[in-house]
Amino acid sequence: MTIDYSAAAPPQQRQTMPTSEPIAPPTPVPAPAVATAKPAVRAEIKDLRFYYKNYEALKGINLVLRDKRVTAFIGPSGCGKSTLLRVLNRIYELYPDQRATGEVLVEGRNILDPRQDLNLLRAKIGMVFQKPTPFPMSIYDNVAFGIRLYQKLRARELDERVEEALKRSALWGEVKDKLRQSGLSLSGGQQQRLCIARAIAVKPEILLLDEPASALDPISTQRIEELIAELKSDYCIVIVTHNMQQAARSSDYTAFMYLGSLVEFDETEAIFTHPREKRTEDYITGRFG
Amino acid sequence: MSRYARRRIVNIVYLAASIAATAVGLIFLFLVLYALLRNGIPGLSTTLFTQTTPPPGSAGGLANAIYGSVVMTLVATLVGTPIGVLTGTYLAEYGKISWIAPTVRFVNDILLSAPSIIIGLFVYQIVVVQMGHFSAWAGSIALALIVMPVVIRTTEDMLTLVPGSLREAAAALGTPRWRVIVQVIYRAALQGMLTGVMLAVARIAGETAPLLFTALNNQFWSADMNAPMANLPVVIFQFALSPYADWQRLAWAGATMITLTILILNILARLLASWSSRTP
Repeated sequence: MTIDYSAAAPPQQRQTMPTSEPIAPPTPVPAPAVATAKPAVRAEIKDLRFYYKNYEALKGINLVLRDKRVTAFIGPSGCGKSTLLRVLNRIYELYPDQRATGEVLVEGRNILDPRQDLNLLRAKIGMVFQKPTPFPMSIYDNVAFGIRLYQKLRARELDERVEEALKRSALWGEVKDKLRQSGLSLSGGQQQRLCIARAIAVKPEILLLDEPASALDPISTQRIEELIAELKSDYCIVIVTHNMQQAARSSDYTAFMYLGSLVEFDETEAIFTHPREKRTEDYITGRFG
Repeated sequence: MSRYARRRIVNIVYLAASIAATAVGLIFLFLVLYALLRNGIPGLSTTLFTQTTPPPGSAGGLANAIYGSVVMTLVATLVGTPIGVLTGTYLAEYGKISWIAPTVRFVNDILLSAPSIIIGLFVYQIVVVQMGHFSAWAGSIALALIVMPVVIRTTEDMLTLVPGSLREAAAALGTPRWRVIVQVIYRAALQGMLTGVMLAVARIAGETAPLLFTALNNQFWSADMNAPMANLPVVIFQFALSPYADWQRLAWAGATMITLTILILNILARLLASWSSRTP
């Protein structure tokens, strides 16, 4: 897969990663001239290897993530798909035994560079986890938390940002009258949408979703999937999922991983209709995994 | 006999034994409480709070001792809690990869179970001897040394109970580590940590040995932290062993007051804990 920067905005219009003002909204990228043209590359992963102590969990991954598209990582448990996701915002660095080598280029800069400021990086690359993780504070404060970290807004502006994020995450109607109630008082599905609102409130450039619906009931799952489809117009979304129907329904590109290697990466339709690899076919038809 | 019948009998035997053991423990607890309330309640009156400890043979109260206990407990808690919380935070959040944390944890466990008289002697040696006299400061320091290990332990335990997913979620927003801890983790662990502080207060409210060597006692009203200060445990110790009936009555009343205070603190701690563990 070639890197196609031509469809992207000129580099000077794009934000470089570490800046003094980290939470600028992503610069709008011009829509592709032709519908079939591939959208801009948002991130490029090159020969990424990952180690838990001495165990090699990712064995040289090469992959591109495109803007305004949903990329799904699928594969059996332990294949490294969550690990790969956790490299993208370097959240693994909370744990001293874990390390990554290789390159993850975002706007031409390697975010694995030790000089990369982790907090600025994570402010630009949002993440939602498998289990809902509302903070023990009010619904409003949950959403405002990330904004307050990097911006000092007037109360009214902050209100607007919170409302906008809650509307985008399709939660506003359910919580607008109880913003001061604890985030923990919401149902599981609502909590997960609250976490999505919290992640998008800081206007990240990439949104990482680690099995965001696997702890939810079918109706909540459907709402999350609708939300992903809706958010896709603004973000580069990466989703890890166990659920192949979910990958097929909600992603544009699918990466099938197995034992720490990327077996096949293509447009979702291609992966699910005529996979090139036998192992991919076996997995998506349910013969193993 | 079938295996099932045998198992039933074994079950009955063990159940009976554990009920008996529980009963023995409870009986003595209630006997102590009964004796305390029977002898103490008649002595409870408002003069306890308004008059100071009397010489033998005259009427009086425990005002100076109550004041001393409250002040020294308060100072000890104010000194011991921040140190305890910060140390507990280090152990739970920062010390994971260093050899310092296991060492501190080990020493803290020893301190936690050290006889309080040793702490009294220690403070006597390094504070009282240096200053040349007993003082309320020395008493507060001794009590703070008892508060510290309790708070360290409960803080570490409570922070460890906060799921790692919450730390990851906060870090994933680009939150600096200290803000993750102060604004998210502390909030999640708050009730548990408060419970720990309350248990520490309950523990020092009745400590006698460390005060004997440090704050000693004072027959008169004194608010001077540099001078010996009266306090309930030592007054009880002194009055209970005296041959005077009115002193003994005051000792019973003081003991009842301390017990009730500790009881209330423990109930509050229990309520806080159940409130925090309640699933929303």
